[in-house]
Amino acid sequence: MALFLYLLKKILTLGPTFLGITIISFMVMHLAPGEPMSLQADFNPKMTPEMRERLRAQYGLDRPLHIQYLQWLKGLAVLDLGRSFSPDRRPVWDKIKERLPVTLLINVLAIGLILVVAVPLGVAAAVRHNSFFDQVTTVLVFIAYAAPAFWVALLLMLYFGVHLGWLPISGLHSLMGYEQMSGWEKLLDWCRHLILPVLVSALGGLAGMSRYTRSSMLEVLRQDYITTARAKGLPERKVIYRHALRNALLPLITILGLSIPGLIGGSVIFESIFAIPGVGQLMWTSVMARDYPLLMGNLVIVSVLTLLGNQLADMGYALADPRIRTGVQTED
Amino acid sequence: MEAFNHQITKSLNHQITWLGRLGNNPLAVAGFLIVGLLCLVALSAPWLAPYDPQAIDTWHILESPSRAHLLGTDPLGRDCLSRLIYGARISLLVGIVAVGIATVIGTILGALAGFYGKWTDGLLMRFVDIILCFPSIFLIMAVIAFLEPSILNIMAVIGLTSWMGVARLVRAEFLSLRRRDFVLAARISGASNARIVFSHILPNAVAPILVATTLGVGGAILTESALSFLGIGVQPPTPSWGNMLTEGKDNLEIAWWLSMFPGMAILVTVLGYNLLGEGLRDALDPRIKSD
Repeated sequence: MALFLYLLKKILTLGPTFLGITIISFMVMHLAPGEPMSLQADFNPKMTPEMRERLRAQYGLDRPLHIQYLQWLKGLAVLDLGRSFSPDRRPVWDKIKERLPVTLLINVLAIGLILVVAVPLGVAAAVRHNSFFDQVTTVLVFIAYAAPAFWVALLLMLYFGVHLGWLPISGLHSLMGYEQMSGWEKLLDWCRHLILPVLVSALGGLAGMSRYTRSSMLEVLRQDYITTARAKGLPERKVIYRHALRNALLPLITILGLSIPGLIGGSVIFESIFAIPGVGQLMWTSVMARDYPLLMGNLVIVSVLTLLGNQLADMGYALADPRIRTGVQTED
Repeated sequence: MEAFNHQITKSLNHQITWLGRLGNNPLAVAGFLIVGLLCLVALSAPWLAPYDPQAIDTWHILESPSRAHLLGTDPLGRDCLSRLIYGARISLLVGIVAVGIATVIGTILGALAGFYGKWTDGLLMRFVDIILCFPSIFLIMAVIAFLEPSILNIMAVIGLTSWMGVARLVRAEFLSLRRRDFVLAARISGASNARIVFSHILPNAVAPILVATTLGVGGAILTESALSFLGIGVQPPTPSWGNMLTEGKDNLEIAWWLSMFPGMAILVTVLGYNLLGEGLRDALDPRIKSD
């Protein structure tokens, strides 16, 4: 019951946050100097003031702001985000829809990689607190945290792509001979293309996550129940993996949720470096072309995805930790 | 009077101990030295740089590092070392000003939320939650698309999209401090709200703000370099480490030095600020150790 009420409360707060996101997106679009229309009009030398007015009316830009917002919101409800300014004039949602899966795939793979590598690393560092291994990983984590991801991407391309020639450095699949490949060869080709992008997008999260795992683990290892478990004579492995790790992992769910915006934001950078046709690259091209409907559509969709990701993390935490949903405070 | 003197020596001791703790932490000292050295390089760029960073020399295009050009030359024959040195100015300037803006906004909103509590707090923190849902680089790009990409705009936009952490921090400090006895005493003796905030609560919240600010500079420098790398940040010919890396990317197959050195400069700078920030955190608040 407590869980149900907790989830209900969470879902109810989702609404206002979502509305807030749309209001801010709408404000960015309309209050920034130069309205969405003016660029399209400026490019056309034959544009007269009357035509400009007519175009304004056609786009609904002559109406009061709150009416425009409601109109836009109504469109958003049925995923009608307007049409792109680019010559093909395709609906914005169609453009985003076809690029979303790639970005999501890379981010999910990156999160998987982060969990598989960072958690054992953090645990090992915590168990061997202040050892040589702990100090080396700490230094490496600091360096990985400070390294600009796009620079690491360049270095990896330089070494594995140009110098060794092992891995392709751009695109999602080979351009030549891709059609003739069998199913397995295609999959292998995809994997080879995805290695570097996934590695690069996971890097920052890897450093952060192993650091958090380490400090969370150290915190738990100090607790009385760990001492109790040891005093009972349990083997150390059991103490670490059965008693300590399960509790240390709980706060990491929240950290993972909080790292979603960074991961999605990072896709702008690595997708443009590796020429991957995802949402990040779409965002970049829309900024370069000043394609405002596409830009705002991207902004709204990506932030709503982030919101959902965060909510999922919150709910996962509530499912895993009864203290959260019942509101019981523990003494520290 | 005795008690008062005791208080003063105690606070002096406190100051000495946190500086002492900072000095005893080799990583923090390394961070401090890196940051200090960089500031020095940035300030004395005109005297340090062997060439004019904008001087085009078509006879020496894309030369690998040599005695004449220690870090090589770029596609226009400009000296990379000189551009790197002048780039330090841009990175530090953008980093520090952007974080300054973020700190001011964050402190004001956080103080309002923490001091007044109730619906002010609820409203402001909801606002923070909403802004945090936007991947900041998407928000920055959306705003930049409407503006001319200039150094001034970059600093403003990075500042305007990175104040949320400071706001949460200051709010938490204010929430815990406003119920303390010394605040109550000030209120009873008739101090105004402004006085309570500025001369009683805020000075006690300086330590965590300082830590967040130091760590924030590293983040802002990373953001600036990423934006410049994508071509929507600092515009050429003004050298910034980010836009130097764009040239590195365009000449990846033929000129490794263009990609190597600007990235190392960013790495070392951000590392310096992060080490200093972590060191400050450990030194200022012995209760919260990073491990």
